[in-house]
Amino acid sequence: MEMVNRPYATAFEAYATQHPEVLCLSADLTSSCEVDGFRDRHPGQFLSLGMAEQNMLSFAGGLGLAGFRPFLHSFGVFLYRRPYDQLMASIAYPRRNVRLMGFLPGVTTPGGMTHQAIEDISVMRTIPNMTVLEAGDATEVESIVAEADTVDGPVYCRILRGAVPRLFTSPLKIGQMRVLSEGTDVLVVTSGITTEEAIRARGALARAGVSVRHLHLNTLKPFDAAQIVDHAASVRHGVVTLENHLITGGIGSMVAEALAEAGLARRLIRLGLQDTYAHGGSRPYLMTYYGMDALALVRAVECLTGQATGIDHDALDAVRIDAVHSLVKAEAL
Amino acid sequence: MRNEKTTEEVAHSIRARVFEHTIRNNGGYLSQACSAAEQLAFLYNEALNLGPSTMPMVPPPFSGVPSAGNAGYVTGAGYNGPFDAVHDRLFIAPAHYALVAYACLIEVGRMAPEGLEMFNKDGSSVEMIGAEHSPGMEVHNGTLGIGLSTAAGLAWGRKRLGHTGRVCVFMSDGEVQEGQTWEAVQAAAHHGIDNLWAIMDVNRQQCDGAMDDVMTVGDIATKFRDFGAVVAECDAHDLKAMRAAAATPHPGRPLIVLAHSRPTQGMESLMSRFPRLHYVRFKSEEERARMNTEIAAELGIAPVVLEAH
Repeated sequence: MEMVNRPYATAFEAYATQHPEVLCLSADLTSSCEVDGFRDRHPGQFLSLGMAEQNMLSFAGGLGLAGFRPFLHSFGVFLYRRPYDQLMASIAYPRRNVRLMGFLPGVTTPGGMTHQAIEDISVMRTIPNMTVLEAGDATEVESIVAEADTVDGPVYCRILRGAVPRLFTSPLKIGQMRVLSEGTDVLVVTSGITTEEAIRARGALARAGVSVRHLHLNTLKPFDAAQIVDHAASVRHGVVTLENHLITGGIGSMVAEALAEAGLARRLIRLGLQDTYAHGGSRPYLMTYYGMDALALVRAVECLTGQATGIDHDALDAVRIDAVHSLVKAEAL
Repeated sequence: MRNEKTTEEVAHSIRARVFEHTIRNNGGYLSQACSAAEQLAFLYNEALNLGPSTMPMVPPPFSGVPSAGNAGYVTGAGYNGPFDAVHDRLFIAPAHYALVAYACLIEVGRMAPEGLEMFNKDGSSVEMIGAEHSPGMEVHNGTLGIGLSTAAGLAWGRKRLGHTGRVCVFMSDGEVQEGQTWEAVQAAAHHGIDNLWAIMDVNRQQCDGAMDDVMTVGDIATKFRDFGAVVAECDAHDLKAMRAAAATPHPGRPLIVLAHSRPTQGMESLMSRFPRLHYVRFKSEEERARMNTEIAAELGIAPVVLEAH
């Protein structure tokens, strides 16, 4: 699998330098959000707002009022927890073209409770006028910059930083979910980093004779409920959602709402943080500890089908190395 | 655009109009008219460079909140004139001063008196807490402390665009209890945002009562200077002093004019309610009748003729 180093840094600089009305704002996490190079090379397009997120959000609302499209860079948590009031009054209500770039979604940071955005999707998707996007690989990180900037109104994006795997070859398009496999036993819905986990699980499940239909979401709001329902209707045993987030308010909840409103009876297992905070630790450790990894997904699928697969860690590791790359390439999505 | 009345006349008329409204409705933000009448009259009648209103004299009804499907949405800022490069912009940061601001719009000929009859009526845009779509408002400021930050962002943007028009914020002193106010001042100073200025109604009152009892804020002039602003102070009821304060040069920094006011200026009878002045609701018909007579006499106008109940 190709790993791409700092895809956001490259993509943002390429895009922003072509669009002078785009401004780069940071609240003292400039290198942590990979825009330090941009700051150094394009200081006239960069605004340092310091450790003062409440002001940054209202200030950005004012910039939006003046016709600019500010990109706010910080860790996801810092863009909505403390400055929630400012997010509502200065950005969301008046539909300012502010792009909130939330780094370190969910358990992708060892920073513990204060740094882990585990309820951001839940919060953001309930805000009127807000669009919510999530990047799941390097290609989506690269394309989310320009795509988010097409939205008339505010956008919150979950961004991956550092070395990011490339799973997809086609860019992120708002409103277009990716159908990664079209099986008939179980529907698996993922987004962000959980998609890679599901790809691992899928390879092993296929060998065990389980036919998985796998959807990758990058647009969480607006949410395409009709398509989710169609896919859910085409599988035999039920649906599993796997998210790097609390199971309440995120993808699991969205799918549940979609099924209930359509009156479609399917069992649903929601994987993710189960009404708990996480703590500081490595991403693989946290995903295993909180039941958000490929093995947890396999066990959930077994629960729905009622049949053990015999898949263990070794089987999943083997998939990751051998099969994911070719599988992804074959689908060329 | 300049009004034909003097600023003193506008200020007096604001007090009289808010008084009449409060007596008629058995309640209102009356003390804010006492403390802020000269400040708002000064802003609209002489300090700000505002073009003619682009909105109807009688405010249109509420026409929906901003949404992707509400293409015709406009804010109430058109009452302050057109958005162009040369004219100033004004935010009323303490949105509960809306009644006073609406009265001011009427006195300077930007809104019809009928507009105030829609105040706080269902389906009206003339809301009790000024909303974005309320006359004279451009952003929501009902949550206190966000106005200066928004104005700083707008001012930075206007400077970048080469606009000559400035951005002004009418503030209240209670806002200095909010941390965001200080974040805004430090950011405006750090970025040299000097097309931004504020006039603050320092009436030393807040919802719970006198600020010194609720939360002591100390020497706010020194605090603002330490955070990077240029500060000028004046008596809020002395227009000559206010003019001088607002003319203070502030290159490279925002200007904060601290207008020291009295929450009962022009209506001394209100002192009988001190320190409960934030929202005046008469406790009895007797108090209402007494205030009607006494304050009318102080203002030199006839008492409001109340319909029999």
